Formats: sequence, structure tokens, C-alpha cells
Amino acid sequence: MTRKRRRLYGVLLGLAALGAATAMALLAFQDNLVFFFSPSDLIAKPPSADRNLRLGGLVETDSVKKLPDGRTVEFRITDGPNTVAVHYAGILPDLFREGQGVVVEGRLVSGVFQAREVLAKHDETYMPREVADALKKSGHWQEGKKP
Amino acid sequence: MIAELGHFALALALALALAQGTLPLIGAQRGDGVWIALAKPLAQAQFLCIALAFAALTHAYVTSDFSLANVARNSHSAKPLIYKISGVWGNHEGSMLLWVLILALFGFLVAIAGRNLPPALGARVLAIQGLIGAGFLAFILFTSNPFERVFPVPVDGNGLNPILQDPGLAIHPPFLYLGYVGFSIAFAFAVAALIEGRVDPAWARWVRPWTLGAWCALTIGIALGSYWAYYELGWGGWWFWDPVENASFMPWLAGTALLHSAAVVEKREALKSWTILLAIIAFSLSLIGTFLVRSGVLTSVHAFATDPARGLFILMLLVAAIGGSLTLYAVRAPQLKLGGLFHPISREGGMVLNNLLLSTALATVFLGTLYPLFLDAVGGGKVSVGAPYFNATFVPIMVPLVAAMAVGPLLAWKRGDLAGALGRLKFAFAAAVAVTLTVFALTWGGPVLAPLAMGLAAWLFVATLADYAERIQLFRAPLGESLRRARNLPRASYGMTVAHAGMAVAIAGMVGASAWRVEVVQAARPGDVVEAAGFALRFDGVHQSKGPNYTLESGGFTVTRQGRFITRLEAERRFFTDPPQVTTEAAIRTTALGDLYVAIGEDTADQPGARTVRVWYNPLVVWIWVGCLIMAAGGLLSLTDRRLRVGAPSRRRAKLPAAGAGVRA
Repeated sequence: MTRKRRRLYGVLLGLAALGAATAMALLAFQDNLVFFFSPSDLIAKPPSADRNLRLGGLVETDSVKKLPDGRTVEFRITDGPNTVAVHYAGILPDLFREGQGVVVEGRLVSGVFQAREVLAKHDETYMPREVADALKKSGHWQEGKKP
Repeated sequence: MIAELGHFALALALALALAQGTLPLIGAQRGDGVWIALAKPLAQAQFLCIALAFAALTHAYVTSDFSLANVARNSHSAKPLIYKISGVWGNHEGSMLLWVLILALFGFLVAIAGRNLPPALGARVLAIQGLIGAGFLAFILFTSNPFERVFPVPVDGNGLNPILQDPGLAIHPPFLYLGYVGFSIAFAFAVAALIEGRVDPAWARWVRPWTLGAWCALTIGIALGSYWAYYELGWGGWWFWDPVENASFMPWLAGTALLHSAAVVEKREALKSWTILLAIIAFSLSLIGTFLVRSGVLTSVHAFATDPARGLFILMLLVAAIGGSLTLYAVRAPQLKLGGLFHPISREGGMVLNNLLLSTALATVFLGTLYPLFLDAVGGGKVSVGAPYFNATFVPIMVPLVAAMAVGPLLAWKRGDLAGALGRLKFAFAAAVAVTLTVFALTWGGPVLAPLAMGLAAWLFVATLADYAERIQLFRAPLGESLRRARNLPRASYGMTVAHAGMAVAIAGMVGASAWRVEVVQAARPGDVVEAAGFALRFDGVHQSKGPNYTLESGGFTVTRQGRFITRLEAERRFFTDPPQVTTEAAIRTTALGDLYVAIGEDTADQPGARTVRVWYNPLVVWIWVGCLIMAAGGLLSLTDRRLRVGAPSRRRAKLPAAGAGVRA
């Protein structure tokens, strides 16, 4: 086999691998890109029920209810003007608190957000960037002061 | 006063790094011996200055000198000593200081160990190191100075994030940085080789030990991080495809590819320009990882900085380093002399396949990690790419890689015999089938693909052993002959066998923990029994006590299986006051077969005394970390190979003239 031939095969093999990977990546993207919504976004343009999405905002004060089965929690997420009810079965992360920022992942089913995951926040002063941006957009953010 | 000394030492280090980054480079270009000779003392002096600065900051932390803004923000007088020390790198400024300290340490080591390097090459390598160091030292001094004073001096500090107050996390960053920064040597060698326009086997022999060392440290660092996330976060998982995890994983993939392609350069002088490119990519990914983690574009436990100036500065460093080196590559790579020919079915061919698959896997991880940033930057909305994407793209690429990994070592260099190699893998194939069927029978009704994946792990493991047996002619030659061969086999060969076997162990663990995991969440009152995976856990209630700088409540569980007492577990929740935060300390019973993992939640409001209890059974999960440690051990074993010892190239050169051949070794 000549050097040119060999290189050609190498390049072809590389392109094939890259092509296959691209196809797989695009397919996986289609199902697994998770868009971020604020409560206002969610009410303005409700997504289809089978779509996986993230919702972020503040946990509304006095909205957290623990159901007797010990694992189901209901609370509301707000960005000021709008509020969405969330239903979640599982243990809440240590830093989940009323009045604090939170991001949940799941689906919107007939107006109630069925959360599969409540994203844990590691730092007490820390506000998820998406939530901060969403709050700024809805005018509920004061620079320098954590809500 | 000590802090000012540290600050001054840091500024001095910047000046030295600038000198180190320019003078030897000019000297090497002009062939000026005096300027070339400046590289080593400058590298040593730069390291000493940074070490002094680091010692000054550590002193401030240990003595709780809250007049330093950095100490006041991130430490507290009541913290145990080990966390005062680890607190030095538990924040943005300090961790960047650790970064440059390790960078300068590598430069120092090259300067004292690289006596046999050709002076011009050595000078260029140290100069590139100096330039990288200068960039990061400027970054520290101008945007993230750890020695900034604060007035009035606070009475006490804010404390270290309690989740970081953990022995695993105290040593995780240094290992990770040893890996990240270690690739800078491979990078510096690659750039120096491009400037010289020459790559030869000796070059690969100089690069390999540094790459190998960095790879081992990175492997350990990633394993530590994963283990920490497993036991500290209380979610029972070991890998989340979090952008920060990916940031450390991408250099690992590139580094693994680099190790293999550098072996080809060394043995067969082929794949030269590709190896150079990989060295550039591996370090570029380390820089991108640093950027992702340190700039605050990601939200995660590692994102300390939110100052946009910092992100911009690192981005500029990134553009200069990556853009500069890739431009140089584009200009110079075509001039590199092509190396030896090989048939596609050969050891080299196997390495090419390894590199191809690893780079493809790397590309999919890269895409998934950076796509959200890219989309946000062009105003396309905020998205996140979750674990399902990575599982759907990364795993299918790993399957052929692992399958081929078993065969590659059995192929000869230059032209291999695939049928012969496969013939020698009869036992491995039989083992794979046996394991698949056994696992399938044991887990009837479980995931269908998982037994096949276990079979794949068995295939790799047994094939690796078969390859070793082949090398020492076990059962073919008399036992004495086999033992003699075993003694004479190079350490690098042992390293490969051990590392590949470790990979097989880790894969088995990953499959086991992902496929047959059991999770039970329920509310329990004292006396209630939670059942999971054949275990019965009786909740004995919660009691309060006190730790060194926190109070804790611990929930006791008596674990039995079929009425037989197994163990007692204590799952804790720790309440820290500085800063006010709760951490979960899961109780874990680890066995080779699987981990029983228990975490408790808060009081459930409606039933006083009842707790939310979360129990996992993670089969084989400990194999993951054991496998990683075995891999790292393989790398270290290979590092002790005589051939890679720093003196080796010179010895050969010394011998050659006597034999009448004056070629460069």
C-alpha cells in the first residue's frame, strides 16, 4: 500500500467515525436538549407536555407542603409576576429553602410542573445564573442584594 | 508583613517568568549559548518565588490572618487545621496560585532532570513554560490577587464551604492540577519541536514520562472527585456528566490518546504530526477546563468567580495559547518528516483506531459540554445538555474501543496477524460468553444490554491476561523460561497490562452501578423497617451530637438480611454555622459486591419523628474507583521503566560513538 493510499484510508476512516458521531450527537440532541424557562416564559408559551425542560425561579414563601407519604413535596416557583406549581417525589437537596433560588427539571403536565429532579445548590450565597437572569428580566432583581 | 513578602515574591516570579519566556527563546534562535543557559536558573528561581508566595498564603490561613481579604472570605478560626490548609486552594485566588505553583514545579523538574536534553530544545521547552506561567501570574496579580488586604480587619472569617471540608476534597484539587498542568510539559515539548521542525523517537522518549505522570495524577484526581461526589452529595451517583466533570474528563481522553500515539512515535517514528497535535489539544483542553471552571460561565460547586474581567482574561490567555500553538502547527507540521510505514492491521493500526475513537468520543463530550455556552452566546436561548445525551453518544463509541483494546496489544508492530491474534483470544471469548450468560441468568428480567457489557469487560480483562501470558510464553515454554521472560519483560509492558486490566475492572463497576441500581425513598418513624435489595434496615431514631465546628444529627439503622445481623449504619446531617449550611453524610457499607448507601432527610412535617429515608444499593460501584487506581498504578509502573528514566537517552548516545555510529539517539 502506498503512503498516499494509506493516508486516504486513514482520512476516510476518520471522516466515517466523525460522521457517525455527528449523526449520533444530533439524534441525541433532539431528545436531550433541555431548555430553560422562567415561570413567565412557561405561561407565555407553554411547551408540549412530552418536552423535558428546566424551570427556575424563587421558591415562593410558605408554599412548601410535604405530603404524608414522606417523599412527595409540593411547592410553587415564582419570578414575581408569575407562579408555577411544582410536584416532586424525592429528597430535596440540603440547600432547598423557601425564598431561595432553585432550578427543577421535568415536564409540565396540565399546568403543574412534574419535577424529576431538583437541582442541588452547593453554596448558600449562590444564585443559579439562569435564575438571576430571569429575575432581572422580570424586574425582581436588585443589584448587590440577594433576593 | 509575611503577606507582603508573598505578594512581592509573586510579582518577582512574574518578572522572572517573562525573562524565562523570552531570553532563552531568542538565545536558541540565535544559537547564543549564554542566553540558552539562562533558562534553567530562571525556571528554578521562578519556582522558588512562587513557592515562597504559596507558603506565605498558607501561613496566613494557618494563623487565621483575617486582614487578608481572601482569608477572611474563605476561612474561619474554628476550622480544623487540615481544612485551614486545604482552604488555601478551596477558593478562586488560592487555587490559581496552586495552579502556577505546580506549573513552576514542572518547569523546575525539567530544569533539574533534563540534563540530557539538547540545550536548545531544553531552553525552548522552558521558555514556553515560562510564557504560560507569565500569563497566569499576570492573571493572578491583576485580577485575583490573594494578598489583597482588607480594612477594617474582620473579627472572624466567613468560613470554607462545608461541603469542601472533607479529606477527599482536600487532596482532589492538587491531583487534578498535577494532571492538568502536567500536560503543559507535553505542550511545551510539542511547541519546541515545531519551532525546531524536528520530531524523533528521542523526543517521544522525553515527552512520554511527563505525559504518563500527568495522566496518572489526572486519573487519580478524577477518581477522587467522583468518589467525593458519591459519598458527600448524598445523591448516590458517581458521575453526572456535569460540565465541570467533563472539563476534567476531556483532557484525560486527549491525554490517553497522546500516551498511545507517543508510543508509536517512539517505537516506529510514525504519527509524528498527529502526536504533536494531540499534545497541543490535551493542554488546550486543560486550559479550556480551567476557563470553564474558573470564569464563572458555569454554575457549579467549582464556580467561585463571577467577575467578568477574570473570564475575559482567561479567555484571552486561551486564545493566545491555543491560537498561537495551532497556527504554529499549521505552518510547521507539513515540514515534519514522515515516518515508518505500517499495515492497517498492526500495532500502529490499533493505536490509530484507539486515537480515532478516543478523539471522536472527545468530540461528542466537547460538543455536549460547550453547546449550551455557544447557544447562549449567540442568543439562542438557555439550554442544558443532560446525562442522556452523553450516554447516547459516548457509550456506543466506547464499545468498539474496548473490544479493540483487547486485540491491539497482541498485534505485532508494522504488520500484524489478526486471525492469529483472535485465535489466541479463544479463552477471552469463552470467558466473555460465560460471563454474559451467567450475568443474564442472575439478573433475569433486568436490562438486556448490561450482561453483554459485563461480557465485554470480561473480554478485555481475560484478553489482557492472555496477552501477558503470551508475552512470557506461559504454558508453552518450561516454567523456568516463563519466569525468566516475566523478569525481563519491560516495566512499560507490565504497566500496559495493569492499566488495561484496571480499565476492565472500572467498566464492570460502571455497568453494575448503572444497570442494577436499586433506590428506595420512604418516610420512616423510629422502629420502621425499610426494605431494599434484600436488606432490611430498621430505623433506630435520631440523636444529636457535636463535631469540631458543627453540630450533627445522626440517624441509626440496624441492617439485617434474612434475619441475620449485617451491620449498623449512621447517616448524618451536619449543621455548620460559618457559613450556615447543612451537609449530608451518607452512611455507606462497602463490599466488593455492592454498596448499601443510606441518607436521611429533614423531619417530615405531618408525622412528628418521621424522617425521609433514602436507601440505595449500588452493585459493584467500588470497582469503578478501584479500577481507576489500578489504571493509575499501571501508569506509575510504566513510569519506572528503565527506558523512560531521564538518563536513558544519553547513555545510549554515549555508547553509540564507541560502536562507530555517530547518530543522534
